Amino acid sequence: SSWWSHVEMGPPDPILGVTEAFKRDTNSKKMNLGVGAYRDDNGKPYVLNCVRKAEAMIASKKMDKEYLPIGGLADFTRASAELALGENSEAFKSGRYVTVQGISGTGSLRIGANFLQRFFKSSRDVYLPKPSWGNHTPIFRDAGLQLQAYRYYDPKTCSLDFSGAMDDISKIPEKSIILLHACAHNPTGVDPRQEQWKELAAMVKKRNLLVYFDMAYQGFASGDINRDAWAVRYFIEQGINVILSQSYAKNMGLYGERAGAFTVICSDAEEAKRVESQLKILIRPMYSNPPLNGARIASLILNTPDLRKEWLVEVKGMADRIISMRTQLVSNLKKEGSSHNWQHITDQIGMFCFTGLKPEQVERLIKEFSIYMTKDGRISVAGVTSGNVGYLAHAIHQVTK
Amino acid sequence: GVGRTALLLLAAYRTDEGQPWVLPVVKKVEQMIANDNSLNHEYLPILGLPEFRANASRIALGDDSPAIKENRIGSVQSLGGTGALRIGAEFLRRWYNGNNNTATPVYISAPSWENHNSVFVDAGFKDIRTYHYWDAAKRGLDLQGLLDDMEKAPEFSIFILHACAHNPTGTDPTPDQWKQIAAVMKRRFLFPFFDSAYQGFASGSLDKDAWAVRYFVSEGFELFCAQSFSKNFGLYNERVGNLTVVGKDADNVQRVLSQMEKIVRTTWSNPPSQGARIVATTLSSPQLFAEWKDNVKTMADRVLLMRSELRSRLESLGTPGTWNHITEQIGMFSFTGLNPKQVEYMIKEKHIYLMASGRINMCGLTTKNLDYVAKSIHEAVTKIQ
Repeated sequence: SSWWSHVEMGPPDPILGVTEAFKRDTNSKKMNLGVGAYRDDNGKPYVLNCVRKAEAMIASKKMDKEYLPIGGLADFTRASAELALGENSEAFKSGRYVTVQGISGTGSLRIGANFLQRFFKSSRDVYLPKPSWGNHTPIFRDAGLQLQAYRYYDPKTCSLDFSGAMDDISKIPEKSIILLHACAHNPTGVDPRQEQWKELAAMVKKRNLLVYFDMAYQGFASGDINRDAWAVRYFIEQGINVILSQSYAKNMGLYGERAGAFTVICSDAEEAKRVESQLKILIRPMYSNPPLNGARIASLILNTPDLRKEWLVEVKGMADRIISMRTQLVSNLKKEGSSHNWQHITDQIGMFCFTGLKPEQVERLIKEFSIYMTKDGRISVAGVTSGNVGYLAHAIHQVTK
Repeated sequence: GVGRTALLLLAAYRTDEGQPWVLPVVKKVEQMIANDNSLNHEYLPILGLPEFRANASRIALGDDSPAIKENRIGSVQSLGGTGALRIGAEFLRRWYNGNNNTATPVYISAPSWENHNSVFVDAGFKDIRTYHYWDAAKRGLDLQGLLDDMEKAPEFSIFILHACAHNPTGTDPTPDQWKQIAAVMKRRFLFPFFDSAYQGFASGSLDKDAWAVRYFVSEGFELFCAQSFSKNFGLYNERVGNLTVVGKDADNVQRVLSQMEKIVRTTWSNPPSQGARIVATTLSSPQLFAEWKDNVKTMADRVLLMRSELRSRLESLGTPGTWNHITEQIGMFSFTGLNPKQVEYMIKEKHIYLMASGRINMCGLTTKNLDYVAKSIHEAVTKIQ
């Protein structure tokens, strides 16, 4: 007999299931709108030019492969902090922060979650927006924390339930942890406007909450890195010492290279040093030290003026294509004769869009049109191209008219 | 001056010039990857690059492994050996010996790599113990102490075993001793969790260095083996590792892997691609594989040479004590037997940096500094007691 006889089969990953079914489909018109990675207008993965250039530079330098420090590549972590906080940020200039390299967004979130479990003794509760990225819950749970929720998405309007959010947040027990998506909320694409962010900041300050920002799409949402980081920077300026997770998977297309960072804004540089030492103690028994390749590419791009300029153009290009697909989808739906209000498709931002489609309608899209998405009606706009947006609009109209 | 210091601390290979060494086969494969415009940076699957996983486990278990033939092995690409250990530890804590049984004793050798303890503590285990291993008096393996500990260990305890090139002592059980260890573990239902960080690097032979793991598999054990490709591929900073799972049958292994996926998903989602590509490309090409084995032998041979050179110098100098342990030990590290005071002398007076335990990294020795190091050890041993 086996030690593992009682081990249950893990539940199938819902998003993976979408891709598996898509692969099996022989319909030439099929569309995979479950994919969480950017695609170009030909539906192909896109390796950024600035990434290729950085890679060529790295190859020519013939560097060794010695272990990175536990906290990662220093040029990368410093540039990452500056990208998020802004070069004029008082917190950045004063050095009252610590940034460690993490394994893309997930790894950075997990370092933070473990750090909170060990050092944030005021509360075990993490408040997530409803809904949030599916992996947030198991990450915090595995770190030993508990999950709560605050209202966020209003399915009636397919937009932000701002009064619901403010109401719920006003009742969160003091010194709890609240997670906020910095931009391009996943999965809804619904972000607060700047005036709303201001009110949210005032509220979390009033409730004395610990703010955990997840910023996985800086630059990728609006096309402007400063605009996408506005909320993070505003909160810090208001005296809220946030903690932050960053990912370079989407905005630099470095998905499989796992480039990310975790930052803690501290009272002063001395506190930052103590926090850093504890983060290292957490990281060492997880994987000792982080992988170099992605961080080195990102670092070169951020720290080389020409490459950085090129990157800003390319990330705007990706964001613009997404925005353009949203616009075309809405105009095509109008052309199809749809009488529904599809404004939320262009109001929402980032890679994902909560269409508002119901499970039965999603089912029909899959079965009758070979258009694959998750049951909650979420589509990855990255999977839409100028070649198939017409087909998508036609199909959506058929199942909603 | 530089010639008068020796850094014997680092856990990384150095050439005879005291430099890091990027393996020639790695340089070649990296160039191939760089020139291949069809490659992109898309996410790997949660469990990693399939070609890497299969090849990595094959390296550990052997081409003719019955477990592979019977389709009862699984692999989890991990961030280095540490990552593989941690994923394995997290799985064991959740699923081994009951559900979420944090009380299962975990036995770690005395001494061991200092991070082993933290890995299992952070994975949630509450009862971490040591098993006898290093006999300081005879400078060798305390086999009887080890076997006694296994006899006394509660059934189902987990034992962390170093597959070869024990860190930090460099002292491995002989095949005969491994057989005795396996017999006790089988009888007492103890779980073998191998840490294999030096396959090929220890003796120069992949098969020889994997003998213990393969023996346990042939004895029908279900086991975990955390593999690192940091040293034998010199890919330290790319974090290339693999957790090999050997189970009773395919069905069990499949369920185990499905739960491994859940653990990976909340730790790093999916593993880094660059290092795995290099290893997979190398292992799946007969020519590159041969080149790699050659590169590995180059490293192992240099270490073996430094061992024999250091020993012969100490014996020529008539340094008090016996020094055969220097050549009997294997791998990157050697427990010299120097006591803390002698170590302090080495550091302060001779600028030779080694661990307080007396552990030196043989890779830090070069033909240029051998004489100096030998003389310094001689001084330390004769002047300080």
